[in-house]
Amino acid sequence: MLADQAVAIEAGATPLSRARPGDRGVIIDVRADHANGHGIDVHELERRLLESGFVEGAAFEVLHQGLFGGDPIAVRVDDMRVALRRRDAEDVWVRLESK
Amino acid sequence: MSETAELAPGGARHKPEAGVRPARVALVGNPNTGKTALFNALTGSRQKVANYAGVTVERKEGFVATPAGRTLSVLDLPGTYSLRARSPDEAVTRDAVLGRLAGEAEPDVVVAVADATNLRLVLRLILELKAVGRPMVLALNMYDIAQRQGLRIDLDGLSRELGCPIVTTVATRKRGIADLVAKVDEVIASGAHSGENVWREPSAAEIRGAHREAQRILKAHVRPPEHPDTLTGKIDAVLLHPVAGLVILLGLLFLMFQAVFTWAGPPADAIEAGVAWLGAQVGAGLPDGFLKSLIVDGLFAGVGSVLVFLPQILVLFLFIILLEDFGYMARAAFLMDKIMGGAGLHGRAFIPLLSSFACAIPGIMSARVIDQKRDRMTTILVAPLMTCSARIPVYTLIIGAFIPDRSVGPGLNLQGLVMFGLYASGILSALAVSFVIRKIFWRGAVEPFLMELPTYKIPSFESVLRNLLLRAQIFLSRAGRIILPLMVVVWVLSTFPTPPAGATGPAIDYSFAGIIGHAIQPLFAPIGFNWQMVVALIPGFAAREVAVAALGTVYAVGDAENNVGALGARLADAWSLATGLSFLAWYIFAPQCAATLGVVRRETNSWMWTGVMFAYMVTLAYLASFTVYHVAVALGAG
Repeated sequence: MLADQAVAIEAGATPLSRARPGDRGVIIDVRADHANGHGIDVHELERRLLESGFVEGAAFEVLHQGLFGGDPIAVRVDDMRVALRRRDAEDVWVRLESK
Repeated sequence: MSETAELAPGGARHKPEAGVRPARVALVGNPNTGKTALFNALTGSRQKVANYAGVTVERKEGFVATPAGRTLSVLDLPGTYSLRARSPDEAVTRDAVLGRLAGEAEPDVVVAVADATNLRLVLRLILELKAVGRPMVLALNMYDIAQRQGLRIDLDGLSRELGCPIVTTVATRKRGIADLVAKVDEVIASGAHSGENVWREPSAAEIRGAHREAQRILKAHVRPPEHPDTLTGKIDAVLLHPVAGLVILLGLLFLMFQAVFTWAGPPADAIEAGVAWLGAQVGAGLPDGFLKSLIVDGLFAGVGSVLVFLPQILVLFLFIILLEDFGYMARAAFLMDKIMGGAGLHGRAFIPLLSSFACAIPGIMSARVIDQKRDRMTTILVAPLMTCSARIPVYTLIIGAFIPDRSVGPGLNLQGLVMFGLYASGILSALAVSFVIRKIFWRGAVEPFLMELPTYKIPSFESVLRNLLLRAQIFLSRAGRIILPLMVVVWVLSTFPTPPAGATGPAIDYSFAGIIGHAIQPLFAPIGFNWQMVVALIPGFAAREVAVAALGTVYAVGDAENNVGALGARLADAWSLATGLSFLAWYIFAPQCAATLGVVRRETNSWMWTGVMFAYMVTLAYLASFTVYHVAVALGAG
């Protein structure tokens, strides 16, 4: 991870890609700023995430995960359900609610 | 718009009289909002389906007569979350709304269709549509569900805020349809003019801004449901369970696979027999000669070979449409994504590839469910490697002739084992080829996998039936247009020139097919094929199983299809084991099916991709046969 990115994201934030089923909280930052071999550029990924409802301030809960490697994940974002791969979820930073 | 298929013979009646231009209405909305159900409720059977010029996206247009005597031409545009198009379908929606589509005028009224229970994302789309400046009407669909959930929507306030009239509808029960038509009529009559089009592709910051605006509007005018839907969550707890979910999926697939074979078998046989009988009846009335042969062996056999696929396609699409409408398809993609993803395929590629075990044609057609172009192309390219049912007669013949029927272990039969190996080779090679395609054509790029998991809904009988008829029609009109001429070409090749008087060999030996077979046989010599096999491959190109009859013809075994034993014995006599195995290897990979190539051409709209597929399959087939033949010869089976 880039050093400046680590600084810019507030303490306690974790990427959605590391969340487990049952984890819930709030999305605090959507920033696609690292290239990870996607077929699209990082800004396009950011816009697609935003268009699918992953936007700062949205409440989320990880509902399900796949059998192999826990991938992909199904996430409730506000009042809809979205499936995505963990690699695409790396760019969504969240604050987890303490359980 | 070169191809049109009238859904109802009465369609023409509702078309506007010359000179009076119907008002154009475009239906725009998110996926899964019941937009197509609304389109059906509005236009009934007065629909026609065609293609947009130059793209493979379906153009669905229908007509409504309004009480005011106006005719509305309603366009059902592909669902989208944004005018910022990502797939070819979404690009059509954007261009149609903006009036940029070649041969299409911009709509007079845009009807935004929203799922009343899921307004957040559609509000953002509506804000984008407002920027386009066309007069708009908002249809809040599935309003009954919203009411049942105790969701309160301040319709007047929302209407004021959005600056457009709102109509509540329940498309599946045809409620609110007259209101919607009246409202559209009113907007047109009021002479509402379009504002200036200020839409441009939004930046990430603008998307965030639109989200905030949508959030504010929601807070001000919509009170959250008192009894939110919990059923979908409960169903998902089972269907998306990591283990139980996969087991249920496999069970469903098994059922589907069985149904395609068992339900489609009898009607397919009946169609085949019916067409053959009809051909014979027509043939009986004709004098022997080329005309009779053209009609019976060319045209009727050609029509039969197209129609025979229809039952399989209907059964398969019945399952696909039901699962899609119920909301399960997205779940199946979720469950299979990791497994498919390893080979560089999208989770949604699973259904098309599975369908291809029955027949690659419906498999390739159902690849439409994949919205990313690259993933869809890869899926189409590898689908014919799946062992389709037309290979079974060929495999059965060759295995019966060359593989001894003996046990190789408890419950394991050598013939069964070889059959299994042929299926497994198809699957493994499909995964390997898709991996290579991704590396070569897409330079290793992986598309993101972001997919809404829609709320479960009970499919409506009417819409399933309508959709099924539409699939059948599209298959017949499109595939038929390519398959039929190819069949006639194959007939010409195997019929002309006719054998000279006093000829002793089979007629096909003297035909173009025979001449070509002899001429190119040296190319096939390194893989152990004799000229009889090469000649049989030519009519076998019409459809794989035709090769069995063709081998019967060249080896002069009468009625080979019903006399596999005799033909097998003849082949075991004439071919070495190495040659038999080489022929099997050829059939795993070779593009021995003109119909598949025709459908690939249709679905990809590109001769280039069709060519890529043909080339890679021939190459693989040749390499595989070469290897198998020479290894077998080296082991003493030559």
